[in-house]
Amino acid sequence: MTSGQIEIQLIAVVVAVACALPGTFLVLRRLALVSDAISHSILLGIVLGFFVVGNVNSPVLLLGAALVGLATVVLVQVLERTGLVKEDAAIGLVFPALFSIGVILISRYADGVHLDIDAVLLGELAFAPFDRLEFWGWDWGPVSLVVMSAILAVNVAAITLFWKELKLSTFDPALAIALGFTPALVQYALMGLVSLTAVGAFDAVGSILVVALMIAPPAAAYLLTDSLPRLLVLAAAIGAASAIGGYWLAYALDASIAGAMATMTGVAFALAWLFAPGRGLVAAARRRARQKLEFAQTMLAIHLANHEGRPEAVEESRVDHLDRHLRWDADFALRIVRLAERRGLVASDGLRLSLTQAGRELAADALAR
Amino acid sequence: MLDLFDDYTLRTVALGSAALGLTSGALGSFAVLRRQSLLGDAISHAALPGVAVAFLLTGSKAPLVLVAGAALAGFLGTLLVMGVVRTTRVKYDTALGIVLSVFFGFGLVLLTFIQRRPDASQAGLDRFLFGQAAGLLRRDLLTMAILGGLALAVMLLVWKELKLLAFDPDFGASLGFPIRALDILLTSLLVVAIVIGLQTVGVVLMAAMMIAPFAAARQWSDRLGVAIGLAAAFGALAGVVGSVLSSEAERLPTGPTIVLCATAITLISLVFATRRGLFWQSLRGRRDRRRLRLAAVLADLLALEEQHPDAGRGHSAAVLSVMSGGALSSLEELERRGYVRRLDADEWQLTDAGRQRASR
Amino acid sequence: MSENGTPAIEVTDLTVAYGEKPVLWDVDLEVPQGTLMAVVGPNGAGKTTLIRTILGLVAPAAGQALVHGRPYEEQRRKVAYVPQRGSVDWDFPTSVLDVVLMGRYGHLGWIRRPGAEDRAAAREALEQVGMSELAGRQISQLSGGQQQRVFLARALVQHADVYFMDEPFQGVDASTERAIVELLRELRSRGKTVVAVHHDLQTVPEYFDQVTLLNVRRIASGPVEDVFTEENLRRTYGGRAAVFGGNGA
Repeated sequence: MTSGQIEIQLIAVVVAVACALPGTFLVLRRLALVSDAISHSILLGIVLGFFVVGNVNSPVLLLGAALVGLATVVLVQVLERTGLVKEDAAIGLVFPALFSIGVILISRYADGVHLDIDAVLLGELAFAPFDRLEFWGWDWGPVSLVVMSAILAVNVAAITLFWKELKLSTFDPALAIALGFTPALVQYALMGLVSLTAVGAFDAVGSILVVALMIAPPAAAYLLTDSLPRLLVLAAAIGAASAIGGYWLAYALDASIAGAMATMTGVAFALAWLFAPGRGLVAAARRRARQKLEFAQTMLAIHLANHEGRPEAVEESRVDHLDRHLRWDADFALRIVRLAERRGLVASDGLRLSLTQAGRELAADALAR
Repeated sequence: MLDLFDDYTLRTVALGSAALGLTSGALGSFAVLRRQSLLGDAISHAALPGVAVAFLLTGSKAPLVLVAGAALAGFLGTLLVMGVVRTTRVKYDTALGIVLSVFFGFGLVLLTFIQRRPDASQAGLDRFLFGQAAGLLRRDLLTMAILGGLALAVMLLVWKELKLLAFDPDFGASLGFPIRALDILLTSLLVVAIVIGLQTVGVVLMAAMMIAPFAAARQWSDRLGVAIGLAAAFGALAGVVGSVLSSEAERLPTGPTIVLCATAITLISLVFATRRGLFWQSLRGRRDRRRLRLAAVLADLLALEEQHPDAGRGHSAAVLSVMSGGALSSLEELERRGYVRRLDADEWQLTDAGRQRASR
Repeated sequence: MSENGTPAIEVTDLTVAYGEKPVLWDVDLEVPQGTLMAVVGPNGAGKTTLIRTILGLVAPAAGQALVHGRPYEEQRRKVAYVPQRGSVDWDFPTSVLDVVLMGRYGHLGWIRRPGAEDRAAAREALEQVGMSELAGRQISQLSGGQQQRVFLARALVQHADVYFMDEPFQGVDASTERAIVELLRELRSRGKTVVAVHHDLQTVPEYFDQVTLLNVRRIASGPVEDVFTEENLRRTYGGRAAVFGGNGA
């Protein structure tokens, strides 16, 4: 691998990890699409910042764009509070408008400058190594890497410092208020982080892929664990893996690196969806098959117990009527009866079933739960 | 404006945009009503790889082919969203975000892959990204009109069923209507509305065209039929005005201009629409507050009178201000209405009418 | 069995589970025609699920439900459903009359629009619930009690024989409550059957003649005088499910 290739992958991994952290909280707080909104409206922020500073590489640009990202969230809330528009509609009103203004401004006033709409959506990761940060006579590496690493550090610091507040306000906002934390403050801080990260990542991967990196790896991790710290670590790891995988996919196909990275996050999610232990589709299917038989036996026991000692027991405990009463087809009914007999739950006199003590206990147990 | 009738390109663009605005405005209304506003965003992003795959498979760039590809991909996207939500603990918004970004990313991979091919044939495909209204051709127009017309016709046909689906699906199911199937039908209509608009406003902005018209129309009417009709009209209006503005001015890309027109219509509606509009709300608020203030001053004057039975004596505005803040302007208003009389520079007294009114 | 002897509702061995969690276990019950049956139980007892399963909105793991002796799918015309008020968005742009008209959609079938006859039926139903003057009102401007009346009118317009109601008395004002009780009694006098999930134990004996005590299992079901006892209530609400004795009520 060339040093350029290594640097690109490094940048990609840093971007992925930096995105996964605030993204996890977005997913948990059901604010996933806010990342979509912010990452689009930042375009306007970058344009406005450019008008103010005149130079595309200024850090002021970063800050300005991040502020516009925050403003997006504020605008959405303002709209929602009028009571005339629902929240999801508000999001869909604000970001296309801001994005449109940004595009129009670029078209009219910034044409021919480095700002390029394609880059906005798609990023230019392939060119990142060429834009280096030279400072104090030292080559610090690609600008993107430096900037993103700084943002990653900020994210890690913020999450560590405000761990308690974040955790509480995400899972129990009512309790948070009662304890004196202001969830609203935490919310805005989180949005600030999201904005900042989105702006930084913009350059490398473009806006749509920021959404992929913020949402898909945490969602995949969400299917794999219940613990918040592990969720964050897993999300970061999956993001990083998708980044590297995406790079090589793009290399093989000679295609957009950012697009490939997004595709890989999708692959990661699909894998989790299918194979997550316990929660995945495969595990669920297997469990259903196994449970169907156990469940049916328990149902049989409860059914018999319910009617035991009562006048209708004579009818209800007939083997050949099980299919009608329990809605099982005859073969299945027979199979269950046989299994239950073998387990010592029921006894059959050829025509009727009766519960054994074990069967009775099983039934009582199941209902006590 | 007259260019509209002379300029062939402008006419095509304007008609196409009107068609887009009409269908997405009308059909998007149902999505907004069902709190699925951003489903349109997800579908339009998901449509991108469909366009690329359609091209890769058939080698053709005919609008019908590409649109069919877009529709299939968009539809597949919604199926995945519903599947994820139904089978995992991942929530609706996250599922939308995943489908939106992953499909789009995959679409980009395909597009850039196509770009590298020796025949450099990707041109014409990436206009789906941002829309290139100026590139609309007569045959595109035909496709849009036919598909859009069909979608609207179906919507009108099953109008009451869609109303049930949006308002009370459980009740509808209890009546025997196949709610699941209706859901898929509505989603398909949304997909159609979206894919015909993609070429004009592009993937990113399509969401707005599904949401803004209804958000605006809802402020003007409380009846479903009227609101949706208005939404269609607003959408078409935004489309036409946007196209015209964009062609008149220099370097004003059509897609974003149309979206801004739609947004402007929405903002105007939010502020000025009858009764619900924010402008009227604040006016009502101000009027109510003023009424309260006048009543408070009258009541205070009456109370002071009762405390100081010396009938000739007036009370100063300063005292009243202490009691109910900023009394001077209220006193002047009350004087104008005949409830209060001014005895001296700063002495105010209730008239008989005022006394009567305050006692009420 | 003669038509008059057939129970309005007959549920046998009904079992519903979400994943591994049982929500209804082996529930049997019978609702005689022309009675008012309350369904009570603690939260999560499966009351709403019971109704929704009978209506075919939820697929049971076992068991079946018959309406007037036949499966629900064949009897839709005879059944009307009044869901919980909180299950819809009252901001929806539609009028009171329009909501009531939705009750006629079953009769109309696909595509056909409501006509004059349907509108007349809707107005008549609104008359019955005392909402005639508000026919054109936007539903977001209704009070809780008015919303409930609208839902009731929507059910009445179906001219059904069996009415399922989910917490019809929840959050309504006193006069609406009285009106609903009147309405239920009037339905009963015409031989109709009402099954209502009810949240207020105090009023069960006064409003209803039958009651089903439900807590995942059917604890007891039958005439209020016989079944609505302290013992049964304890068994329903007192925490653990009853142990089988074989001779429980």
